[in-house]
Amino acid sequence: MQALRYARATSIDEAVRMLREGGETARVLAGGTDVIVQARERRRVIDLFVDIKHIPEVMALEYDPQHGLRVGAAVPLYRVYGDANVQRVYPALRAAAHVIGGKAIQGRASLGGNLSNASPAADSIPAMMALDGVAEIAGPNGRREMRVDEFCTGPGRNALQPGEFIVALRFPQPAPHSGQAWERFIPRNEMDIAVVNAACALTLAGDTVTAARVTIGAVAPTTIMVPAAVEALVGRRLTDDTIAAAGTAAKDAATPIDDMRGTVRQRKHLADVLVQRVVRAAAERARGN
Amino acid sequence: MATSGRLVITATINGDERTFLADSRDSLLEALRERLNLKGVKEGCNNGNCGACAVILDGHLVNSCCVMAAEIEGSRVETVEGLAGPEALHPLQQCFLEGAALQCGICTPGFLMSAKALLAENPAPTDEEVRFWLAGNLCRCTGYDKIIEAVQAAAEQMRARK
Ligand SMILES: Cc1cc2nc3c(=O)[nH]c(=O)nc-3n(C[C@H](O)[C@H](O)[C@H](O)COP(=O)(O)OP(=O)(O)OC[C@H]3O[C@@H](n4cnc5c(N)ncnc54)[C@H](O)[C@@H]3O)c2cc1C
Ligand code: FES
Ligand code: FES
Repeated sequence: MQALRYARATSIDEAVRMLREGGETARVLAGGTDVIVQARERRRVIDLFVDIKHIPEVMALEYDPQHGLRVGAAVPLYRVYGDANVQRVYPALRAAAHVIGGKAIQGRASLGGNLSNASPAADSIPAMMALDGVAEIAGPNGRREMRVDEFCTGPGRNALQPGEFIVALRFPQPAPHSGQAWERFIPRNEMDIAVVNAACALTLAGDTVTAARVTIGAVAPTTIMVPAAVEALVGRRLTDDTIAAAGTAAKDAATPIDDMRGTVRQRKHLADVLVQRVVRAAAERARGN
Repeated sequence: MATSGRLVITATINGDERTFLADSRDSLLEALRERLNLKGVKEGCNNGNCGACAVILDGHLVNSCCVMAAEIEGSRVETVEGLAGPEALHPLQQCFLEGAALQCGICTPGFLMSAKALLAENPAPTDEEVRFWLAGNLCRCTGYDKIIEAVQAAAEQMRARK
């Protein structure tokens, strides 16, 4: 491994200072499941790890029905999917967190790391975008917030400025009669990178969709929202035809590439199928809420 | 502040408090093998995919190739070397041996630690739950069935003892 220093931050201000002083070659160390391998394989020039796991706020998970859910950026995934409130109120987030890597990855990996790493196939990002997530960011100029759907700017790139890092991710309390779902397609049963993933959150009034958010991943340089699918759903009764129209909108919005995991044709087809599935599953849950 | 080069790390390894020297670039896998001579921790892929390096860190399963040695200051680490009791092998070890759940053995320490973490959380898993839990451990030799059977046999023994 390249020469590498390690620093343990115990407060947000200290982490910001360490990151600023470290400059371009300093990196946040959360669960390390992406960044340690990147440093070892010299895919990134990194000479300082700033460990944020000893900052209490970054490791806290809080929920209340008024303010919704706030997950510290470095909370390991086993705590996210193991949380009773996450299971009950945010099942799409629970589903994604539960299948990222295997158990040994989930012992360390975090939502903040999954988002910051900005892989086009990252599994939690479609869920966090569908749930209207907001990243709370700390940096040299104090705190600011950014919507998760504006955070990734390209494969491996995000909108953070030098010295900034994510402190926590926040998700609003879902409206009454809302439901949500997340799915991915991989050729194995577990432990693989998504060929396509998708999420949906929607609200029903009777059988009519009053609000929806639809996202797909691994079909573009970043996870994308699908406004045309939302248009196909909102204001309409949830019939097989409207659900099919949402799937077709996702297929049209997808601009995937051919690679070892899948072809353009397969990925477009999967975008269609997975969006139909998450819409159905979200609606099913909305009827129960 | 940031430390580079040599580090002095104090952590509880298999129940004993140990203080040792490491390099700030060492992974936990490298520190366990090279600094503490715990050669039961295996390197397979060195990138998080195979589980051969799995250890239990503060009660949770991790791949030691994806943890920096410097991160374990003040923590508790359990490796396969701490599994057997003074008198006998751990039921998991005994059942792996008796059930021929290993051939070359390179994956075995990782499977044992992973299975230990599983049974601590879920003493009576279904076969499907065992397979899901062990999905992060790869074995090129056994074809997995004997491993699943050995974990279930050990789980049964451990339940009977309680
Ligand atoms: C075997 C294996 C299987 C995997 N399977 C999956 C999978 O199924 N699905 C999937 O999506 N991913 C998968 N991954 C990738 C990885 O585990 C996830 O992306 C994970 O969520 C990363 O989180 P982390 O906390 O480990 O991040 P780290 O490795 O600590 O960090 C990742 C990047 O984000 C930066 N960063 C971390 N936290 C912050 C923060 N709070 N603020 C700013 N920057 C930050 C780091 O500097 C680094 O650049 C897998 C990885 C491995 C090794
Ligand atoms: S050596 Fe660590 S997971 Fe393979
Ligand atoms: S026994 Fe050889 S890899 Fe598992």
